[in-house]
Amino acid sequence: MSAGGIRPSQPFPDAARETLQDAQMRRNLRHATTTIREKRLQAVAELPYWEDLRTQGAAIKDVVLDNLAEHLLTLEASVKRLGGHVHWAQNAEEAQRLVADLVAAHGVSEVIKVKSISTDEIELNAALEARGIHATETDLAELIVQLAEDRPSHILVPAIHKNRAEIRELFRRKLGAQLLTDDPKVLAEAARVYLREKFLATKVAISGANFAIADTGTVCIVESEGNGRMCLTLPEVLISVMGIEKVLPTWPDIAPFMQLLPRSSTAERMNPYTSFWSGVTPGDGPQEFHLILLDNGRTDVLADAVGRETLRCIRCSACLNVCPVYERTGGHAYGSVYPGPIGAILTPQLLQLDDANANSLPWASSLCGACYDACPVKINIPEILIYLRGQITPHKTPNVESIAMKTAAWIFNESYRFEGAIKLARTGQGPLVQHGAVRALPGMLGGWTSSRNLPPFPPQSFRELWRKEEQREQ
Amino acid sequence: MSSEARLEILTRINRATSGHPPALERPPIPTSTRPSAEILAQFAEYAAEYRAHVQQMAQADIPEALAKLLAGKRVLVPEGLPAAWRAALDSTPDNGQSHAELTHFQAVLTTCAVAIAETGTVVLDHGSGQGRRTLTLIPDQHVCVVFWHQIVESVPEGVATLQEAVTAGRPLTWISGPSATSDIELSRVEGVHGPRSLNLFIITPGD
Ligand code: SF4
Repeated sequence: MSAGGIRPSQPFPDAARETLQDAQMRRNLRHATTTIREKRLQAVAELPYWEDLRTQGAAIKDVVLDNLAEHLLTLEASVKRLGGHVHWAQNAEEAQRLVADLVAAHGVSEVIKVKSISTDEIELNAALEARGIHATETDLAELIVQLAEDRPSHILVPAIHKNRAEIRELFRRKLGAQLLTDDPKVLAEAARVYLREKFLATKVAISGANFAIADTGTVCIVESEGNGRMCLTLPEVLISVMGIEKVLPTWPDIAPFMQLLPRSSTAERMNPYTSFWSGVTPGDGPQEFHLILLDNGRTDVLADAVGRETLRCIRCSACLNVCPVYERTGGHAYGSVYPGPIGAILTPQLLQLDDANANSLPWASSLCGACYDACPVKINIPEILIYLRGQITPHKTPNVESIAMKTAAWIFNESYRFEGAIKLARTGQGPLVQHGAVRALPGMLGGWTSSRNLPPFPPQSFRELWRKEEQREQ
Repeated sequence: MSSEARLEILTRINRATSGHPPALERPPIPTSTRPSAEILAQFAEYAAEYRAHVQQMAQADIPEALAKLLAGKRVLVPEGLPAAWRAALDSTPDNGQSHAELTHFQAVLTTCAVAIAETGTVVLDHGSGQGRRTLTLIPDQHVCVVFWHQIVESVPEGVATLQEAVTAGRPLTWISGPSATSDIELSRVEGVHGPRSLNLFIITPGD
């Protein structure tokens, strides 16, 4: 995604209050998430062994994480053996500098990019711009976001908050394209013409990586449009930035992920294009390849026995599409390139629970559990959310209580509730409510009420309200 | 800088992990029990759902079908294709043309390494008959010949078939239908980049 970084500029409740005003975005987003959600269920139902695949995917990731150093060293050796270069970056600044130095060494000021969330995480585009290097996003949605000087709102469909009329206007203004209609075909053609020239003329490309196989040194990019293939094969130099958790031990280990990822992500049996490459291939594709292994907070997540499974994430975005909070607030409210349920656990952890705004994210959830059910690598997001709430201590974030309470108030106002616990609470609400306030919450929420009261629970269940709301907006 | 970072990252990882993960049990690669005709039919159906143009034919009919499909088009061919196929076309062999030169071709003809029924995917390992990666990327039409014996049922079977190519360091391109985007209001558009059309010739057993 084009702009980004992971530091939210304000706490989630404040950001959400803003984005909730945007009815257009909400409609677009609802259309996207409902469509993908339904398609995904079909795609998953086709594989009777889906649950086994999830188990297998999670198991491979866990084994990798528990022996990460060895797998990274094997990967490094394999890539080098095949003529590639490997670099290590502890944080965003180091990674930015590595990329910028490599680009500068080739004396160019233009690069093309494949959509990559890890390069957004390190705010690469802005860093390159500061060094006089312009990076053009080549994924259609990313291009739209970049031209609009906007921020992406979804991992998978970053421009989902924009409709065709807005895009037509944007292309007219920024690309000078003559567009007779706002038919997506016509819009896509305009992008094709504009980008093809860039693909053929640009010497250096930058990408992320979906997976890398340690023993064969093979890096993998999963995509749809072919812009990835263009970037990965036409330029002379390829620089790929990869989070250290993306390594897999051996070639056969890719199989479950090539089943899990497309079906969870775009709800397809398979995405149109996947590229695999190992180092450099003489006479075919870039003859110079650099792989940058990025830490940027991941080793801290790794060190946390509970939080660690966050690193299994394969960025499929299935959890976003099933999340009621995400569907309402949109990706921008999360203030990070990682939105939705995964963002709510990954962002604060990558920031070592030191960022007050990011620390409000674990409260941005109804704890309904839908994300856990959807996750192809079985990350128990609700459990980690609750765990993180416990970890976020007042001394780290002095105003966390007010944030938490504001979030809670907001969530209660919006009728999103901590569904699991609340279902229980609602049935037994009578004894909980005294003098018009909730005095003590059961179970894990007890800590909250030990020093304060909560307003009583709304009389309707989340689902009841939800259904009504849905009818109203249609 | 990078070597210090390397040491630091590895140290941090070692501090964070046991280094003794439980042994990973890898399930055996499934072997299909379905009749091969059924698997072929599934591949054809799923590939067509991805808007590939699918034709089934006997091996002997390839030249005629090629001539009909690609009449009047400038076709690029990688090395390793049968002479009879090339003879049926206005074909130019790949001799390392530049990317700009490749834009002058309207179509490319290749074989594949393996095809996966469960996903409607063809995989190129860019060995003989498949050419460099850019050949199947720049021209607007990709015609790919898939033999019945190359079609496997599942992704793990396909992955197993490709082990040798990957070990040899060869790149792979997995293709499921033509290039597509759903970025604008989720409506699918073919051919943003990459070929706008994908024709699959599925060669049935017999003769
Ligand atoms: S947490 Fe799971 S569902 Fe969400 S993006 Fe990551 S892998 Fe996908």
